[in-house]
Amino acid sequence: MYPAKFDYVRAGSVAEALALVAGKEDAQFLAGGHSLLPSMKLRLAEPTALIDIGRIDELRGIAYGTGDEQDCIGPLTTHAVIARSQLAAALTEAAAGIGDPQVRNRGTIGGNIAHADPASDLPTVLTALEATIGVAGANGDRQIAAADFFTGLFETAKADDELITVISVPREGAGTGSAYAKLFNPASRYAMVGAAASVALSEGIVVRARVAVGGLTPCAMRAASVECALVGQAPDRIGAAAAAVASDLGDDVIGDMHASAEYRAAVAPVFVQRALESACRRAGS
Amino acid sequence: MSKYVGESVKRVEDPRFIQGKGSYVANVQRPGMAYVAVLRSPHAHAAIQSIDTSAAKALDGVIDVFVGQDFIDGGVGKMPCGWVVPDCKVPDRWPVVPDRVRHVGDSVAVVVAECPYVAEDALELIAVDYDPLPASLGAKATTEAGRPQLHDDIPDNVSYVWALGDQEAMQEAFAQAAHEVELDLVNQRLIPNAMEPRACAAEWDATMEEMTVWTTSQNPHPIRLLLAAFTLGIPENKLRVISPDVGGGFGSKIFHYPEEVIVPWVARRINRPAKWVASRTESFMTDSQGRDHVTHVKMALTADGVITGLHVKTWADQGAYLSTFAPLIPTALYITLFSGLYKIPGIWGEMEGTLTNTVPVDAYRGAGRPEASYLLERIMELGARKMGMDPIEFRRKNLIQKEDFPYQTPVAFQYDSGDYVALFNELEAQSGYRQLRREQETQRAAGKLWGIGVSGCIEASGPAPSAVAGSLGSAVGFWESGTVRVHPSGKVTAFTGSHAHGQGHETTFAQVIADELNVDIADVEIVHGDTGRVPFGMGTYGSRSAAVGGSALVKSAEKVRDKMIKIAAHQMEASPEDVEFNAESGQIQVKGAPDAGSMAFGDVAFAAYTAHNLPEGLEPGLEETAFYDPANFTFPNSAHLAVVSIDRDTGEIALEKYVAVDDVGSVINPMIVDGQLVGGVAQGVGQALWEHGVYGDDGQLLTGSMMDYALPRADGFPTIETARIETPSPHNPLGVKGAGEMGTIAATVTVANAVMDALGTEHIEMPFTAEKIWRAIQSCNGQSAA
Repeated sequence: MYPAKFDYVRAGSVAEALALVAGKEDAQFLAGGHSLLPSMKLRLAEPTALIDIGRIDELRGIAYGTGDEQDCIGPLTTHAVIARSQLAAALTEAAAGIGDPQVRNRGTIGGNIAHADPASDLPTVLTALEATIGVAGANGDRQIAAADFFTGLFETAKADDELITVISVPREGAGTGSAYAKLFNPASRYAMVGAAASVALSEGIVVRARVAVGGLTPCAMRAASVECALVGQAPDRIGAAAAAVASDLGDDVIGDMHASAEYRAAVAPVFVQRALESACRRAGS
Repeated sequence: MSKYVGESVKRVEDPRFIQGKGSYVANVQRPGMAYVAVLRSPHAHAAIQSIDTSAAKALDGVIDVFVGQDFIDGGVGKMPCGWVVPDCKVPDRWPVVPDRVRHVGDSVAVVVAECPYVAEDALELIAVDYDPLPASLGAKATTEAGRPQLHDDIPDNVSYVWALGDQEAMQEAFAQAAHEVELDLVNQRLIPNAMEPRACAAEWDATMEEMTVWTTSQNPHPIRLLLAAFTLGIPENKLRVISPDVGGGFGSKIFHYPEEVIVPWVARRINRPAKWVASRTESFMTDSQGRDHVTHVKMALTADGVITGLHVKTWADQGAYLSTFAPLIPTALYITLFSGLYKIPGIWGEMEGTLTNTVPVDAYRGAGRPEASYLLERIMELGARKMGMDPIEFRRKNLIQKEDFPYQTPVAFQYDSGDYVALFNELEAQSGYRQLRREQETQRAAGKLWGIGVSGCIEASGPAPSAVAGSLGSAVGFWESGTVRVHPSGKVTAFTGSHAHGQGHETTFAQVIADELNVDIADVEIVHGDTGRVPFGMGTYGSRSAAVGGSALVKSAEKVRDKMIKIAAHQMEASPEDVEFNAESGQIQVKGAPDAGSMAFGDVAFAAYTAHNLPEGLEPGLEETAFYDPANFTFPNSAHLAVVSIDRDTGEIALEKYVAVDDVGSVINPMIVDGQLVGGVAQGVGQALWEHGVYGDDGQLLTGSMMDYALPRADGFPTIETARIETPSPHNPLGVKGAGEMGTIAATVTVANAVMDALGTEHIEMPFTAEKIWRAIQSCNGQSAA
């Protein structure tokens, strides 16, 4: 459990972090270190250098928006802070179910989504919430929609030399609600099936539904068929709408020794339904 | 009379543990220390063609690199097996493999370096040319014709066969049976995960030619014996083995491991202190593993549900080699338990101990007894169903009665004491059993899958009468030693051959000694885990410490009392028969007449050391040692109940309620006993619901980390309710039976029975993953028998 040799430098600002990464081959940003350091100790990852961004205070904390403004989450914000926050319920719910207290106290949202583990919870939630991920790079800043950010197994639209600077999440106003439901891997506590839903209700009808699934696909994905089947319906139609997730999943479902692809696909509608029911309850209350 | 025994005295060891001030092997730091790393085989089975260590040796900071032949040339011996049943074929096992690896994790080469980082870097520079061989897997499958052979001298991969019981009575029972039930079942491979990984450190004193070895062992004296007699060859009187604070063992730290040979051998070779600490990855692929049986069980019943016969055939996977006590577990700690709590006249158990390309299997909490209780209490469940009887009623009908003790089973054991009827009465009362059955009807009417499981289990603890152990294949005896030293000031140090690695001996043994000597518990210090301080000891496993180690301490304390009474009587000019330890006054005084003579404990101790005025012929000093060899095992017993609900849509199981009623004999510290029982239950539930050591067809360990091997977590449990009945063991002075394993022995099958009750299914193999349960629900087309 001893990593290979690497250089360590601490960045004092985003600009400094970007300057440091520009000059180094195979360098990686270090935030909470809860995915990167175990990989290094197992020598599955051998970066030549770690650029520690952990003390760049401007990247930490939550700025709540008002009115139509979005809530802005600094990438160094820990899961524990998010779990206790006033952010969208799906996000707080998912963050509270990550790992254990030690992991939640160290792991960060930025590190989590940069790592893009297919079984991770937050990519699914951010996709359903239509969050936007802001990244900074040598060629300037850009905003990437969550649905475009996660591109595959451990792959994102962010270049290696770009740094996540903010995660923007729409606020949940009156008549809206969100939720996350998950089938836990009993060992890792990652999602074998994760379903996130964000809905808006008006006069007892679902007027907007955003649903994403993860854990069972190479990366988090929107479940458009479910959304289409539900919009314009009353919440009592959720069961039928959730079943439509089968057509969104297609044949791309991941299986492993903990749960086969067949099983995950079969129970995915259950978790989509649970997320939707919970989101609708929250929207209606 | 007693002041401490029976009380929930807070654990005296906890302040140091919860403040992070425990002292573990990994904390051992000596000047000039070198760091050892071991290259592990990535193959389950391969011939080693060549090893090139030159690049590793050339790395800056590397002190040396050794391969298997270096150790053989340097005089190390083969790893011994300490329990050899008749006609057992013991495979050769070298501390570092010279020619052929037989499981993923087998040791191939050893690096010693100035720091652990460099040692790890050097491992990557060792070039091993392997010729991969096909792997043989599966406890039963490995014996089939045409399978790859692990050891050239052990045909069909069968190391030994063993049987016990009355075959004729069994056959007669089945010939006369009105009903039979039978079942094929698997008791899956488990991977122990003590919180502290194994570690070993060693320091060689070249001047005195003395070796000190620090190791994470549950039994340092036997490790010293094996190092001296078999593997390292340093005489016992020049070898000190210390097991300081050890962070959990669960059996996996009983055994003699290759690193305990490698590290001291290297330390002497380079004449520098050396240390090795396992990574969690190494724990997964080198710590001995548990269970792994394939079993067929059949039960014979009369027309009205009396059990008359039991026939069991088991294939027990022992892994690639025989670990130190491996053959004991599926023989004398397994088949001997087949009578359970019941009168069964015709029992015949037979088994084969087989070899596969996996990590060796040995004792893991319960060790043989959970495997026995699993098959017996599963087939009991099927028996109850066959008879259309309530599972508790069916068990009650077959229980050994209170007046039957001592009860001789057909499988060697003679049970000492118990009241099994009272046990089940207590379980019914504590759990509200009748109410639970009504609740079940309500739940089922509402379409819920909701099940109640019960079990009645027996354990044989406190191994064992040494002569019996010897006749069954043991290379060692199973007595225990205790020494009580009263210092001139009256403070007490007690030395025990038992070892604490979580059990709380420093508290419970102090309670016992304080009561025996009538002193304040704060004046009693317990010493264990150091061959340099403790005379000898067999260590801690098999729930034996209180029954055997505690009894040895009681006997040595009794000798101290006798001597102190003689000294006090002499000083007070009274007759020893008239002098007593008075619990109320705390004095040693003349019975009924303290005015006639009374001395403080410390004054008598001081008198023993000044020796100015001792009875004629009495030696000065105040220290006594006793060796206690138990007359029999003790037989803790239990009745447990679990309630589970199952999510019909996903197959996920929720443990709703757990009630454990145990008879562990007399109780020294109820809080510690409850902790043992609750922890044991959690571990047993872990096997039922989550844990499984999985190997791929090529012998790769697929569950080699916490990411894939699921351990129990607190959020998977309701409050575990415990209750006790106490029938003291009649043959040890404390009346204790042992509490360390009962929870594990009972909980696995209790939960299994609850799950099968919820589903109405006959049997599903563990662990009950959501997918397996979901598939079982699907196969009923949504119409569960429940």
